[in-house]
Parts: sequence; C-alpha cells; structure tokens
Amino acid sequence: MRLEAKNIGFGYHQNSWIFKHISLAVESGEIVALTGNSGCGKTTLAKVLAGYEKPREGRVELNGKANTFAGYNPVQMIFQHPEKSVNPRWRIRDTVNEGWPVDRELLHRLGIEEAWMNRWPNELSGGELQRFCVARALSPNTQFIIADEMTTMLDAITQAQIWEVVLDLVKQRNMGMIIVSHEEKLIKRICDRVIDLEAVLNNCEGEIKNLDLKPDGLLVSQLE
Amino acid sequence: MNTKQTSKFSHSNASIMNRSTESLANPEELLVVKNLSVSFIQYAKGLKQLNLEVICDLNVSVNSGEIVAIVGSSGSGKSLLAHAILGILPTNAKVTGTIRYQGQALTTERQKVFRGREISLIPQSVNYLDPLMKVGEQVQNTIRTKDAKQLQQQVFERYHLSKEAGLLYPFQLSGGMARRVLVATAVSGGAKLIIADEPTPGLHPEVVAETLAHLKELANQGCGVMMITHDIEAAMKIADRIAVFYAGTTVEVAPIEDFKEGGEALRHPYTRALWMALPENDFKPIPGFQPTPTDLPPGCLFEPRCHLRTAECQCKKPEMQDLRGGQVRCIHAT
Ligand SMILES: Nc1ncnc2c1ncn2[C@@H]1O[C@H](COP(=O)(O)OP(=O)(O)O)[C@@H](O)[C@H]1O
Ligand code: SF4
Ligand SMILES: [Mg+2]
Repeated sequence: MRLEAKNIGFGYHQNSWIFKHISLAVESGEIVALTGNSGCGKTTLAKVLAGYEKPREGRVELNGKANTFAGYNPVQMIFQHPEKSVNPRWRIRDTVNEGWPVDRELLHRLGIEEAWMNRWPNELSGGELQRFCVARALSPNTQFIIADEMTTMLDAITQAQIWEVVLDLVKQRNMGMIIVSHEEKLIKRICDRVIDLEAVLNNCEGEIKNLDLKPDGLLVSQLE
Repeated sequence: MNTKQTSKFSHSNASIMNRSTESLANPEELLVVKNLSVSFIQYAKGLKQLNLEVICDLNVSVNSGEIVAIVGSSGSGKSLLAHAILGILPTNAKVTGTIRYQGQALTTERQKVFRGREISLIPQSVNYLDPLMKVGEQVQNTIRTKDAKQLQQQVFERYHLSKEAGLLYPFQLSGGMARRVLVATAVSGGAKLIIADEPTPGLHPEVVAETLAHLKELANQGCGVMMITHDIEAAMKIADRIAVFYAGTTVEVAPIEDFKEGGEALRHPYTRALWMALPENDFKPIPGFQPTPTDLPPGCLFEPRCHLRTAECQCKKPEMQDLRGGQVRCIHAT
C-alpha cells in the first residue's frame, strides 16, 4: 500500500496558499515524522492527506487511485486535543463505535475500563479520552494512521502506554504511519525518516514541483 | 539559546539540600506551600454532600532566583495548585493548609493585591488573553500606571516584539510570538513570583528553547519561577528542583541532578517509572492508572501500581520525609 500526494496545493482562503507543489509518499510498514515550526501547515497537510480537506491542486492517492473515502476511511487521523475530536453530546460508547465495533481486546490493551464507556467526554481526562480516539482509529481496515501530536499533552507514562499499543499494531498489520511531532527523542526512537515541511517550503519554493515522487524525494534527513 | 546552569544555581541547590522542611523562614524563601489540601463540595442525589478531595497534604516551596518544576500527569493537581496560589479557585473549593509568600500568610486580600503584578501567571495559550483587545493594550492594562504605554514598549523591546506586534490581536500571533507576548504580559507588572503553566507543549524546539531561556533569565534576575509541566525534558533543561505530583499530592522533591544521572538517584518508584518511560530511556509504561479522587486507595496512593509494595504500604499514607537532599513520600525509599 502507498499513500501519495501528487503535487498538491491547499489554502483556506482564495488567493492565499498554505502550501503548494507538495509531493510525498508513505509506504505500508513505514513510520515517517512530519516536523516544522508551528503554523507552517503540518496539520493542514495531514488533513489533506487524510481527506478531511480537499486539495485545491493536485491529487491524493491511495495505491494509485483517488481515495474515495466511501465507508470507513482507511486513512485515519488522531489529533492532539481529543476533547475537540469527539462529539461532546455523545456518550463515549457511541463515539467509539461510530466507525467500527471496537473489539474488547483492543480496549483492554489500551487500558480502557468498561465503566468509562458510559461516561460523557467531559468526565474523562485528556489521557483517558485520547485512548478512545486511538481505539476508534485502529480498525482492521485502517491502512494508514496520521497522528498529529497525538501524545503531546500527556505525561511520559501515558505516552509510553499509548505508543506501545499503536506501534505493536502498526507492525503486526503492516500499516503506514505519519506522526506530526516536535519531539526529537520520540522521533529518533520510532521513525524511519523525517520530512521537515518548513524546510521543504522554504528551500524549494518555485522548484519543488519537479521533485520526484519516490518516497525519498522529500527526504530532508535520514535517521540512523 | 543559552540555558546553561550558572554557578549561582548550583550554590542555591546546595543550600536547599542542607535545609530540613521544618527549618525557620529562610530569607530566600519566596513561596512556601505547606500541607495544602483542596476539596470540592458536591451535592449528590437527595442533597447528600460529597467532599471530593483533589489535593491532599501538598508541600512545595520556591525561592527567589530559583526555578522549581512541577511535573506529574494530568489530573494530578498541578493547575489547581497554581489556582490556589493565585486565589482563583472556583467558589465551591475548600482550602486547608498554609500558603506563605515572603514570610507572611498569603491571604485573599494579599492575593488580590499581588495577582497579575508581583505574583503572575504565564498562561498555557493566548486563549487566556482577551481575544478582542490588541495585545499592546492588554499589557498596558496590566501595568495600570501613567507611563503604562512607555513601559509596555520597553517590555516589548526586551522580548524582541516590534511596535507593530502591539497592534495585533491574540489570534494573529504566530507560535513563537505568542509565547513572547504571554511572557511580556506576565512580567510587565513587576513580577517576583512567576507561575508558568505548561509553557512548552507542541512548540517547535527553537521556540521551546527561547521560552525556557526567558524563564531562566527571569530567575537570574531574582524572580522565583514555578514551571508547571508534564515535559520532564524541558524541566531538566532549566529547573533547579523538580517536584513530582501524583494523585493530588507531592511524592518527591528532587534536585535536578538526580534526573540526569541514570535515574538511580530518584527516590520514589513513581518518579523512576516516569523517568524510565521517556522515549530516550526504556519507553515502557507501568500498568494501571492514577486513581481518581472518588476512589483513592487507603494507604500509599501509588500502592496499586507499585512493584515495591508490601502489606504495610496499604495501612496509612506515608509522610513526606527528607532523604538524600530531597524529599520523598515512600516508606521503603532508601
Ligand atoms: N480553519 C482555518 N481557517 C483559516 N485558517 C486556518 C484554519 N486552520 C488553520 N489555519 C491557518 O493555517 C496555517 C497552518 O495551520 P496548521 O495546519 O494548523 O499548522 P501547524 O499544524 O503546523 O500548526 C496557520 O497559519 C493557521 O492559522
Ligand atoms: S510506600 Fe510502598 S507502595 Fe508506596 S511507593 Fe513506597 S513502596 Fe510503593
Ligand atoms: Mg498543529
């Protein structure tokens, strides 16, 4: 499997662009970091890759075909602020099962207690709520996960708890993953390569359109 | 960015190590929080009154010129401590214990006088600023003297904020600029005690370094800084001491060196677990969760997750004790 952006451009307002001429690809089994200063457009790029936003130019393809996003989206996103990505008026049970009937084993592995299922989102801590968002994103049909600062707001133990489960599943099911993060130590620990969006936007303005589409085309640095 | 330790701080660490928790007022001691408990009164069905204790028996102090980091998971009571010091807890909160500022009890009246001036909060994000007021004006409002405008411009210059930046609204600020405006706003009233609430998450490393350098600079000028964070890495870069919170209480206070030496010097099993869970260390979690205020274990709050627990740990809550130049709340700590 391959998630690929071909020469995409996007802007929230007419006549202004957040980015232009971006091409990149992520393969199954790969974990890629996306970094860059805050506000440079990482979240926006992530949303376009996951199909939350339509590119103004170019195409996002899944295995060479446009992602139709019919049914459960095989490209799942997990956000930094879980409280903003669940419906506050739905009980947790309904939010979790919205996409797929989440299996008990996964809930158990994420340390989710059965009693939490009947609560409202505002009755859970950020760490607890984020576990549900992770569970919701990890259906058997998920091919790619885009984690946008998924554990930035969490303490070290909770971070390690969530990553342990996610990395296990990513490996076991050979999913591809993009993580948006600023944490160098985390990136070093888990990623295969890094894309620095800011560097891409600054250095390559005007010529970026010629970047080739090999996964390494946008490589800024390679981790050892 | 320069965040290296100055000799001044290794000196102040040494003096902390020799001091017991019970010693008389130290002239450097700016803020002393002792046996602080905070509970919320909730009314359940049938007007039954519930007393939900969210902070229990918390002890922490900050000296002038010192940075104390408060670390711990969400829900461990970090923000409530800040709110208690600033006097901005919700009205249904009940507070016991003492908070002393410059040697005197920090009463509600004194909190009102000092809040936003001598005792100042650097909030987590620009969402805490007035969204409809230009940031320069907001700083002038904090200063409240005749020469407010001039002072605002001075403080902006100090933080490399242009004149034009003062004319922007909070939502127009970029990540780095927003952090600078928040610091500028907080120090413009002549702050002596600064409470920084989660100053770094999700920021680019350069912005993190700059933010931390600002805090260090304020401490070098004599301010006491309380930095609330879950980011041990950031704390390690600038703090003199780290206080570790768990389930509403302090479980350990340690000089920063103890976090740098392989973690063996750390005193509490929870602190060690936190340290080991970092991606540069084991990146392995411990099982279980922090207990909620509604069902706290009877003895040591960490007992259900502790690999060192014995039957004795379930009997009563351990007291905070001095140990190897720090403090710990564990009966088996050595
Ligand atoms: N819904 C929106 N409407 C208008 N502008 C937006 C919206 N979301 C984000 N932006 C702007 O897009 C830019 C990039 O934002 P974002 O993708 O969130 O960056 P990052 O993830 O790197 O912080 C920022 O300047 C931001 O203000
Ligand atoms: S008192 Fe007992 S249970 Fe608590 S931290 Fe120490 S060893 Fe563990
Ligand atoms: Mg973002």
